[in-house]
Amino acid sequence: MTDLRKPPDVRRVLTVVAVGGAAGAAARYGASLLWPDAPGTFPWTTFGVNAVGCALMGVLMVLITPARTTPVHPLVRPFLATGVLGGFTTFSTYAVDSERLLDGGRVRTGLMYLALTPLTALAAVWAATVLTRRAVARRREAGGR
Amino acid sequence: MNWLCVLAGAAIGAPLRYLTDRGMRARFGAAFPWGTFAVNVAGSFVLGVVTGVAGAASPHTQLFLGTGLCGALTTYSTFGYETSLLAEGRMPFAAVANVVGSVAAGLGAAFLGVTCAEALWG
Repeated sequence: MTDLRKPPDVRRVLTVVAVGGAAGAAARYGASLLWPDAPGTFPWTTFGVNAVGCALMGVLMVLITPARTTPVHPLVRPFLATGVLGGFTTFSTYAVDSERLLDGGRVRTGLMYLALTPLTALAAVWAATVLTRRAVARRREAGGR
Repeated sequence: MNWLCVLAGAAIGAPLRYLTDRGMRARFGAAFPWGTFAVNVAGSFVLGVVTGVAGAASPHTQLFLGTGLCGALTTYSTFGYETSLLAEGRMPFAAVANVVGSVAAGLGAAFLGVTCAEALWG
């Protein structure tokens, strides 16, 4: 039995973060192959990946951090949040794509992408958090956990 | 082979982000998300370099360093979540500063990376 109150060994955390990060990055790479972003246009795929990743983060953090009677396994957060979702979403591609658009004379598209991504990301985290909290509360009232 | 490059890069980038975050927390405390800020700015610079050298780097190197390593080293989901924590913790100024600071510094780092690469290899 794993003691759920004891912080896990760093090497085990690093391992699950690496595996989760690789899985998340593979999903992002897959999305970029399925829906490639043409240079000089609004990078919808990266935009969508980051928005979806932020929404999932909002859901996950409500599910694993509230005052629960049964604590989750200590490797769940490093694997899913730091690993999978951290590897799936990307800030560097966002920054470089914005720079490429602005530097390439696509100033309006670049500025729109630059501003719209953080606004959408924050709205996604917020909406997912609120909706998940509501769903959890309703389940508790209905006699769930 | 393309997939392997992405997987290998990400398997390095994601733990590097975790270790940076731990180190920054130990040094500067947990009041402001300096760890995520640091990896996002550093990753934007490196990806800028990778993008700037374009022709000089093989497609596999670009997938390993760019899509894999930089992609997994940097994160939008944690950035968004930590910003929402700052806002919920009644630190609206810190939340706004995190967004504006990260976006400005990330964009600046990307520009610097591309410019350096073009000057050195262009």
